[in-house]
Order: sequence, then structure tokens, then C-alpha cells
Amino acid sequence: MKYIDEFRDQRLAQGLAAAIAAAVQPGREYRLMEFCGGHTHAIYRYGVQHLMPPNVRFIHGPGCPVCVLPMERIDQAIALASQHGVTLCTYGDLMRVPGSARKSLLKAKAEGADVRMIYSTQDALRIARAHPGLQVVLFAIGFETTTPPTAVALKQARAEGLSNFSVFCNHVLTPPALRAILSDAGPDGVRVDGILGPSHVSTLIGSQPYAFVPRDFGLPVVIAGFEPLDVMQSVLMLVSQLNAGRREVENQYTRAVTASGNRKAQALMAEVFRVRARFQWRGLGMLPDSALALADVYADLDAEQRFAVAPTPAREVSGCECPAILRGVKQPVDCALFGKPCTPENPMGACMVSSEGACAAYWSYGRLRAASATPDPR
Amino acid sequence: MTSDRRFPARLDLASGTVDMSHGAGGRAMAQLIGELFQRYLDHALLLQGNDQALFAPPPGRLVMSTDGHVISPLFFPGGDIGALAVHGTINDVAMAGARPLYLAAGFILEEGFPLADLERIVASMARAAKHAGVPVVTGDTKVVERGKGDGVFITTTAIGVVPEGLLISGDRATPGDAILVSGTLGDHGVAILSRREGLDFETAIESDSAALHELVADMVAAVPEIHCLRDPTRGGLATTLNELAHQSGVGMQIDESAIPIRPAVAAACELLGLDPLYVANEGKLIAICAPADARRLLQTMRAHPLGSAAAIIGEVVADPHRLVQMTTSLGGSRIVDWLAGEQLPRIC
Repeated sequence: MKYIDEFRDQRLAQGLAAAIAAAVQPGREYRLMEFCGGHTHAIYRYGVQHLMPPNVRFIHGPGCPVCVLPMERIDQAIALASQHGVTLCTYGDLMRVPGSARKSLLKAKAEGADVRMIYSTQDALRIARAHPGLQVVLFAIGFETTTPPTAVALKQARAEGLSNFSVFCNHVLTPPALRAILSDAGPDGVRVDGILGPSHVSTLIGSQPYAFVPRDFGLPVVIAGFEPLDVMQSVLMLVSQLNAGRREVENQYTRAVTASGNRKAQALMAEVFRVRARFQWRGLGMLPDSALALADVYADLDAEQRFAVAPTPAREVSGCECPAILRGVKQPVDCALFGKPCTPENPMGACMVSSEGACAAYWSYGRLRAASATPDPR
Repeated sequence: MTSDRRFPARLDLASGTVDMSHGAGGRAMAQLIGELFQRYLDHALLLQGNDQALFAPPPGRLVMSTDGHVISPLFFPGGDIGALAVHGTINDVAMAGARPLYLAAGFILEEGFPLADLERIVASMARAAKHAGVPVVTGDTKVVERGKGDGVFITTTAIGVVPEGLLISGDRATPGDAILVSGTLGDHGVAILSRREGLDFETAIESDSAALHELVADMVAAVPEIHCLRDPTRGGLATTLNELAHQSGVGMQIDESAIPIRPAVAAACELLGLDPLYVANEGKLIAICAPADARRLLQTMRAHPLGSAAAIIGEVVADPHRLVQMTTSLGGSRIVDWLAGEQLPRIC
């Protein structure tokens, strides 16, 4: 694949690995948090950790949209899908996320709920157009990256007068989550030395919104692309900043990210959404100004208003360390459930569901050192 | 075809549909069998009209396998459910090193299914069976009410004979053995995905659906000592290697850059967030043999049209944890695990 394989080139990877190994100061630990699940996936998928010196450690951040969605929103989606005449359209990842009592949308579908897996918000519109008798609800989730397609679908539905379409909005915002994690500096808090900043999110919001990280927390940020060479180059940039005592927002992903981001998409977001006063995050708790709801002018297309979506207190599975893992405080192997009752076939927490989730990624690709009899390549 | 006095009007193959009477055992069923099934599936044993096929087994050990086919969509680039039902079951028998002899086919039809589509499927099945030299010699038809099936389900059973001296089994992989694949991976799954409802993307990729028994015959003639053969269908290469590792009590070490994948398949998987190692194949096999035999086996495979892109992708290693590990294209290392659930697309 042209323009993709170039970012997975083995020779360049070896060069970067050697440069990182030469740059790190012995005796100093570099704890780098990759914010996004996309980074986590790339690190495991390509075995990037194996190319790092032992004193560079990746701390997995909360940037997996499926993982940070609180259980009660899954319960509400299941309740919505189970209503007569409602068709719930969802991205594939969400199907297996367990809600209360281990029930998932996949199980609800097996019991008769009309749940459809879609690849695009346009698929949900198509279903709504084709079946005027169905109430089609789009289960919208994701960070800033996935908000424009939801916004466009809403505008189209309004323009077409598509009255059987609505959106169950769960979009969340990146900077408040990052601030929440870094503010959690207690004894149980996360200790990081630098941040690999979001790539796709930043194409939209730009690199400026991360200025608070060096200013308020004294940490360097490098906006990093999702290809393995992007991640490795960003590690080198973070190590260089740390060695030089610099604390800045730098941009590795220059082929897509600018300082101010995509103004057109930002205007679209401002038109269609409003910021919620507070929103519950899995692992991070209740965060102010951290999520989006539909703007008042789109209230009639808001599934939370159209249907009775009751707030139901959900209970986490006891022993599940997803909250601490999402904050980067614990590693998947620190969880007593990991790999025993909780596996990708039988996920107990959301981190085990999405391939971007720290537990699923670690289970699928990273158990190597924990389980294998073959010697560690390092 | 001569007209049959039992049926005053011919079956309407242009615009007719399956109805409950076609499975009820009466005249309508006899007419469907006579005017559609037997028109294409015309082996003497089937035309006898018995409820079973009678034949003398050849000398040797017999193998038998059965496979249900429930694919959606029924017609896809490079094949359809009819041809697939022939290929899939022939391949299951062939993976024992066997020469397949006969097929049996059971159809479950949904009320309302267009007879024109059924004719297309049966004709394709007959073509595939003829091309493979493995006739359908007995069959069965049932009809279920509308809404209780998905158009048509086909179950096929194959019987075959294993030449003397072969011992091919999933539990025979030994540390040091070479792991080979017969060609590019993921073609079938991507071809199917490209035609799934709500997922339209343009691709020239066709399913690799094919009967592999002639390739296997060449392979066992050249290397009778092959340890394992298996076709990586559902769950793809990754899942099949895990099955074999588990069965044999060994680990496997494969090299990502040695695995043949078409650029278009890689691109489609990239776009959909899928891993081609987990995508289904219907005309590929995995072979495991002693390292000394690997070159000869590879050359034999490459000399056959269905193995022209064959490659050695790794080796069997000792590992009590039975892990399949891969050196990535980047030069890192990772586990290639079993597929969990269905492969689901990632969000962002």
C-alpha cells in the first residue's frame, strides 16, 4: 500500500530504534503515555515495545472511545434497542461491550432487539430512509474525530425531514480527559514524563488545545501519528525534549495536523453540538465540560429526548481494574481478572473488548513476555 | 428434456418461487427434483432415483466430512453458495491427503426463494462438481416457511479414499517443521465483505473458492511424509495455525513479511480495520512438513496453478504455551492469537 507501507518500513524502524537507544540517558526512566487506543494498537500490532530500550515504558492512556463509555450508557443503549419499533445502529466495537449483568448489544440482538452494525453514519441514514416505519437511532460515540460524521448525518436528516432518525449522543472531548488524568497526582495517581498526543483528534482540534499540558503540568507533548514509525519518531522527540529539559507541544504528525486544526469541522461541531455540563467517564469519573450533547436546535433529533432514556445506576464487575488501567495507574496484568475469567471471548470490562483497549491489545499481542517460554528478544 | 406426464405444466424457472409443496414429498417435489436438480446433477447414481447411492468402496482407508453452507450473500465475486458447497467439503476431505470420490447434498430452501436463483446455484454446483471430478450422487430437499431460513442453506458431505502410506493429521507438527501456505490470504473474506449489505466498496478482488484435491494429490505424490494439511477458512490463517499448534502441543514462529497478501486485500483490510490474517479463505491450504522436505514441497505447490503463490512462512517451535508468534513487518514481535468473536471493525 503506497503511502502506508512507507510508515512501516523495517529499515527505518531499526534506524529510529538505534537513535532512541543512543538518546536515552542510562539510569533515567522515560514513562510515556500514549493517549490514544490507536497508538496502543500500533505499539502492540507491530511489536514496537520490543524495539525500545528497557527504560522507555509506554503507559496506556484512556483514548479508546469504547473503553471510557460508562456502563450505564451501554445499559441505556440496550434499553433503547429493546423498545418495540426501534432499530439501533452501532459501530462494531460496541456490540460486545458488557453492560450491567454482563449483557451486551450482541446478546440483546440475539434476544430479538433490532441492532445493526454500521460502518458509517450514512448507513444509519440509509436504513432510516428505507424503513420509514422504524425509529432508527444512531448510537454515536467517539472523541472529536468521529463528531463530524454524526453532525453531517444530523444536518442531512434535518434537510430531508427524516423524522424517524435520531442520535443517542455519547461523543466526548479529549483535553478535559487529559487534564483529569494529569490532575490525579495523589499516591494512586499516574506518573508520566511525557505525552504522545492524539493524532486523528488533533487533525480536527489542532495542536493548540494541548498548551495547558506544559504550562500547568510541566510535561512535554508530541502529537503523534498512528503508524508505527510515527510512534517511534515521537518517542525520540519526547526523549530529546526531556533530555534537554524542554516542555513544549511539538507536532510529529505534520502531514495532517496544524496548530489551529480544521476550522470548518470545528464550525460544524459548534453548530450541531453543545458541551454538556458534566459527563460520566469510565475510569475517570464525572468530568465537567467533557462531552457533547445535541444543540438545542437539534433537540427533536435527540434520542435521549425522543425516548424515555432513564438513568440507571450501573455496577462495575467487582475486581475489574478497567478504571485504574484507563488512568494509566495499573497495567492489564495487575488485574486479578485478566486472562482468567476476563478474555476477549468473555470480556468483563471494556478494556478487553476493543482492539484498542489496553487489556485486549495486551492479551492479543503483548502476553509474549509474560507467557512465552522463548527468551525475551531484548 | 422430455415432458413428464405427471406434471401438466413445466416448472416456471423464470419467475416461479419455492413453495411449501416443493418440500412436501408429493408431485411438486418430484417435479422440482426432476426438472431442476436432476437436469444439472445428472450422475447415473442420482438419476436412479433411490434414497441412497449404492457403490463399492475402493481399497484403502475411507475419509468422510460434512460442511454446512449458510453464506450471505449467496452470489459473490468469484463464486456462489453452490460452487462453495462443493469446494468446501472436497477440501475438508482432501486435507487428509485423500482423493475425494462422491458428494451428497442437502438443501434447505426458504419459501418464496426464486427458482431462477436456485437454478443458478444448482447449475454452478454441477459445474464445480464436474470440474472437480467429484459427482453429487445423493441428495435431499426440504422447504421451511418464509422468514425461517435465509434463502438457501446447503449441507454437503464428501467421502474419499486415502492412499496407503499417508498419515496427515493436525497433531503431527513437530519442532523444526516448516510452515507453508499455498497462496495469497484473505481473498474470499474481502470479496464477501465487499458485497455485504450496507458495506459497499469497489474492489476487483474475487473469492479464491476452489477445490484443492488435485493440488494435494501432487503434494502427497512429491512428499508423502507431509505432517499436517488444513484449509484456513473461517478465522483465517491465524486461527488455523492456533488450532494446529494446540492439537500438536507446539508453538509456531511466523514471519509477517513472508505471508502472501494481495495489495488490494491489504488495502481493504486497512480501510475496514480488519487483520488479513483472520480473514477467511476458501481455496488455500496450510502445509506443515519436515524442514528437509520443505523446498521440494514448495516447488511442487508452485508448479500447480492453485499454488503458484505458495510460500514458506515460518517454522514450528517447541513451546509449552502453544503460542503462535510473529516477527512483524516492522521487525518487532507479537503474538498471533485466536480470533475472538467475529472480527469487528475499529471505530477511529
